[in-house]
Amino acid sequence: MIEKVWGWVTAAFAIALVVMSFLDLEIPSPVWWLAGFVFIGGAVVFTAMRGMTMFVVKRLLEAVFVVFVIATMTFLLMRVLPGGPFDSEKALPPEVMENLNKKYKLNDPIFSQYLDYMGGLLVGDLGQSYKYTSRGITSIIAESLPNSIQLGVYALIISYLIGIPIGVIAGWKRGSRLDFSSMMVAISGQSLPSFLVAPIFILVFAKWLGWLEPALWEGPAYYVIPMVVLGIRPAAVIARLTRASVLEVIHSDYIRTAKAKGLNQRTILFKHVLRNSMIPVLSLSGPLAAAILTGAFVIEQIFAIPGIAKHLIQSVGNRDYPLILGTTLLFSVILVVSNLITDLLMAIVDPRVKMS
Amino acid sequence: MSAAVSSGKSLQSEAWKQLRANRVAMFSGGLILFVCLVAALSPVLSPYPFDEQFLDRVLASPSLQHWLGTDSLGRDMLSRLIYGARVSMTVGIVTALISLVIGTLYGAVAGWFGGWVDSLSMRVVDILDSIPSLVLLILVKLVFDALDVIDNPELKSLTGMLVALSLTSWVSLARVVRGQVLQVKQMAYVEAARSMGASGTRMVLQHILPNIVGPMIVLLTFQIPSNILSESFLSFLGLGLQPPYSSWGVLANDGWRSMTSFPHLMISPGVAIFVAMLAFNLLGDGLRDAFDPQMRGRV
Repeated sequence: MIEKVWGWVTAAFAIALVVMSFLDLEIPSPVWWLAGFVFIGGAVVFTAMRGMTMFVVKRLLEAVFVVFVIATMTFLLMRVLPGGPFDSEKALPPEVMENLNKKYKLNDPIFSQYLDYMGGLLVGDLGQSYKYTSRGITSIIAESLPNSIQLGVYALIISYLIGIPIGVIAGWKRGSRLDFSSMMVAISGQSLPSFLVAPIFILVFAKWLGWLEPALWEGPAYYVIPMVVLGIRPAAVIARLTRASVLEVIHSDYIRTAKAKGLNQRTILFKHVLRNSMIPVLSLSGPLAAAILTGAFVIEQIFAIPGIAKHLIQSVGNRDYPLILGTTLLFSVILVVSNLITDLLMAIVDPRVKMS
Repeated sequence: MSAAVSSGKSLQSEAWKQLRANRVAMFSGGLILFVCLVAALSPVLSPYPFDEQFLDRVLASPSLQHWLGTDSLGRDMLSRLIYGARVSMTVGIVTALISLVIGTLYGAVAGWFGGWVDSLSMRVVDILDSIPSLVLLILVKLVFDALDVIDNPELKSLTGMLVALSLTSWVSLARVVRGQVLQVKQMAYVEAARSMGASGTRMVLQHILPNIVGPMIVLLTFQIPSNILSESFLSFLGLGLQPPYSSWGVLANDGWRSMTSFPHLMISPGVAIFVAMLAFNLLGDGLRDAFDPQMRGRV
C-alpha cells in the first residue's frame, strides 16, 4: 500500500518537474528539495523494506569505483599526451610559458598534480580551463549541463511515448499488415541518421509551416524538433523490443489461463500483457541513455544547443585538456547514474530480479 | 541445445536455406554487394575525379552533366558520393572485422580461463562500457592524433579513424563471445575432449569457436552499420576524416551548412547512409532469425 502511494507521488513529482521545465516555468528550490526527498527517501525506505540495502550499497560503491578509475585513466592520458593549447599559437616567450606552467601547476610532479585533481573532484572542482582562462570548468559545465539533461530526458520520454504504443500494437496484432508496416517503420527509424532527419524537420516545421524554431534552446518552441529528432532512433529500438516482449508474454501460460478463464481482451491486454511486457523494455533505459548521449553530440551541433557535448567537441579542437577531462568524466557519471537508476527501478518493479 | 551442437553442420545448412527463403534479407544482401562493388570500382564508375573543381559550375543543381549537382567548390557530387562509399564502406567493414578479432580473442580468453582472469577482464569491459561510445571514440582519436605517428595528414586522419573505431567497438562482441564460450564450455563433448587430453588452444579453436560462428556473423552484420554511422557522426562533427577525403559523413557535414538553399548537398549523402544502414540492419535481422533462433525478434 505504502509502496503504491510512494510510486504515485514519485510519478506525480517527476511529471510535474518535466512539464514545468518544458514550459520554462521557474521551479522554486523548495520543490526541488521536496522532490529529491521523496525520490531518495522513498528509495531508501523501499530498499530497506525489500531487504535490498546491501545490494544497493554494493552497486553504489561499484559505480563510485568505476568513476574513480575513469577519472584516473583520463587524467593520466591527458598528462601523457604531448602538446597543449599553448603550442599551437605563435611561439610564446619563455617567461610567459613559465607563468602559464606555474598557473596550471604543470611543473609539479605528476603524482601531486593527480592528488590535487582528485582532491578537487571530491569537492566538485574540476580545475581550470586552458582556453577560457578566467573560468573554472565546474562553472562552464554547470551552465550547460541543464540544457543537455533537458534534451536527453525529453528525448527519452518522447521515445517511450512513441515506441511503446507502436510495439504493443504490432505485437498484439502480430502477423497483420499493421504489424509488418510498423516494424518496417521502426527499422527505417533505426537506420535514419539524425543529420538527415533534422534538416527535413527544420525545413517543414520551422521554415515552411513556421510553427517551431529551427535552432537554439530558449523555450518550448525550441525544444520540440531537437527532442523528437533525438528520440527517433531510441523509439525505433523500443518499438521492436516491446513487440518482442509482448509476443513472449502472449505465449506464456498465465495469459493462456486468463483467456481460458474467459477474461475479455481489454483486461488481458492492459492488466496482464502490458504490465509484464514492460519489464524488459524498462531494463533498456540504461543502454538507451547511452545511445541518447551519443546522439546528442550531433543534435547539439545541428541546433546550436549550448550543452556539454558542444564543449567536449570544442575542447578537442582547442586541445583544452582539462575541459576534455571534465566533460568526459561528466558523461561517464551520467551514464553510470542512468545504469544505476535502471538497475534500482528493475529491482523495485520486478520482484524476480534478485540481487545478483 | 544438445541436438543443435551434435549436428552443427546440418544446422548451419538449415540456416542458409532459411536465409535464402527470406526475400527482404536477400535483397538487402544484394544491395550491400552492389554498394561494395560501386565502392571497389569507384575510379572507373565515377564520372569525374572526386577532387576536380568546376569553378564555373559552383553549387549547381542536379543536371544531366552532374546528376547530383555540384558542391560549394564545384566538385561533382555523384563522384564524391561514389568515392564516399569507398571510404565509408571500407571503414565500416575493416573496423568491424578487426573489432571482431579483438572481441573474440578477449571474450574467448575471459570465458575459457574463468576465475580471476574472467572477473578482471569483465571489470575492464564494465569500465569501458561506462564511457559513452562516441566520447571514447573521440578520446582514442585524440590520443592517436597527438602521438603523431604518420606524417601524411590525409592518411593520418583515415588511419586514426580505423584505429579508434577498431579499439572501441569490440566490447559488446567480447561480452557475447564470453557468454557463448561459458555456455559451450559446459557441454558434454567439450568435457569429453578435455578428458581425452586436448589442449586448451585446440579446444577453443576446434570445438568452441565453430559453435559460436552463427552469433558472431550476426553481430558482425550489426557492427558494420554501427561503425559506418559512428564514422559519419565523427566526420559530421568535424572530428573525423579531413577533406578532400569524402566519406558520407564528410559530405553530410558539408551539406547541412547550406541545406536550406541547396538541399541536394544534404540529401544525397543522407540517403546513401540511410539505404546502406537499412540494408545492413535488414540483412542482420534475417541472419539472426536464421542462425540464432533464440534471439528471434529481439533487438
